[in-house]
Amino acid sequence: MAAPPSLSETSATLCVVLILLVPLAGVGLALINTGLARSRSAAHVMLASLCVFAVAAIVYVMIGFSWQGAPGRPAHVLVIGGKAWNWIAAEPFFLRGLRLDLSSASLVLLLQMFSVGLAAMTPLGAGAERWKLGASCISTILLAGWTYPLFAHWVWSEGWLSQLGSLYGLGQGFVDVGGASTIQVMGGLSALSIAWILGPRRGKYSSEGGPSAIPAHNVVQVLIGCLFAWAGWLGLNSAGAILFNHCEPSAVVLIAVNTTLSAAASVLTAAIVTKLRFARPDASLAANGWMAGLVVSSAAAAFLKPAAAVLAGAVAGVLVVYAIDILEFRLTIDDPGGAISVHAIGGLWGLLAVALFSDAGGGSRGQWLAQLIGIATLLGLILPLTHGLNWLINLVYPHRVDADGEWQGMDLYELGAGAYPEFVVHSDEFTQH
Amino acid sequence: MKLAGFLLLLSGWGIVVATLPLLSSLPMRAGFVLAGLALELMGLGLVVRSNLVPKG
Repeated sequence: MAAPPSLSETSATLCVVLILLVPLAGVGLALINTGLARSRSAAHVMLASLCVFAVAAIVYVMIGFSWQGAPGRPAHVLVIGGKAWNWIAAEPFFLRGLRLDLSSASLVLLLQMFSVGLAAMTPLGAGAERWKLGASCISTILLAGWTYPLFAHWVWSEGWLSQLGSLYGLGQGFVDVGGASTIQVMGGLSALSIAWILGPRRGKYSSEGGPSAIPAHNVVQVLIGCLFAWAGWLGLNSAGAILFNHCEPSAVVLIAVNTTLSAAASVLTAAIVTKLRFARPDASLAANGWMAGLVVSSAAAAFLKPAAAVLAGAVAGVLVVYAIDILEFRLTIDDPGGAISVHAIGGLWGLLAVALFSDAGGGSRGQWLAQLIGIATLLGLILPLTHGLNWLINLVYPHRVDADGEWQGMDLYELGAGAYPEFVVHSDEFTQH
Repeated sequence: MKLAGFLLLLSGWGIVVATLPLLSSLPMRAGFVLAGLALELMGLGLVVRSNLVPKG
């Protein structure tokens, strides 16, 4: 095991400032999820955002960091074929023995406390309007306490995925500085699991034909959320690059440029595609496009040239529009917030874009293979694990609210008060496609 | 069908991980990793199909 990496004082100070921007990404996600839901559940989605963030932070500090650890810290290894597979950290629970200062481990803890909150908030977009508050918190306990730290250890704390290069000569090993795999794809796959368990919203799919359109109740909120998310992502990508890729502070400039360009290209492409398809640009799909560009930048911002960031973002913009369409129309997956398309599919594209466009691993075929192994782990292990845990929760404490609650709206049913009490409560008319 | 799909997902991952200690040449590893991924995608397809909302 290598010694813990040391950070210069400049890097550490800059890292703290960048990490303190990350909660803005949570603000953005919360606004987006709330705005894309109907008004009858707006307060519930926002409260759920706060609550799952709170649960994630506490559980991660109590248990999660013990499994994830930080580079250079104690860990358990399995010897397989003569090679040491670092598979889980060996930190004490409740941060015992960890001094909270400007050390690398402390900064990793701080960043991860915010990051796991982002991963936990992502499924709220898919479960909006029918996912019980208590069930979302229980699901978050398992995500923050086990699934997230386990995978994040493999990627960020010298775990076997990140060591594929040194162990088996596969480029630099699996590369992901900003959390495209650990935060975005994991959050997106959790969203997929929740969408499957909950089923679609009442009235979404009828026997007559295609799905009913259930519009966002506040697109302005969604678009403002995109701007907040942008600020948070600048911090997330930059801090991740300094801590996990040992980038110099000067690299922050390239990362910020690439993050912005990726989101910019993605939103414009999404707007153009929707204009071509529907004769007008669609605001909520364009917002999802912006977010997909940010998600792609999480994997690739530290490694791409700016032109490549534009291209990667543009592809994300196209992908997310068609993915939302396919998920909703063909696969009958009701995802009000577009969480699966933006975070899972966007994140997977970002991981591939690293191998396709960057010099990471010298652009080698080994790097391609390392990225594919990471993707295979997400789909082949993390998705079944996440879904299995959510399914077990559902046996004991059902995730879905009952039909009355869904009709009334989660605000009145679970919270006893609507988000907009001065306005007339909803009607049940939906626009048929 | 859903359970079969998840078992295929896990099996595909098992194949991917097994290639690392068992095979040494890059083309062989790549071939088996892609095979494992293909198995995972089949499994994902089964799970998706089992979750489709029935029409009518």
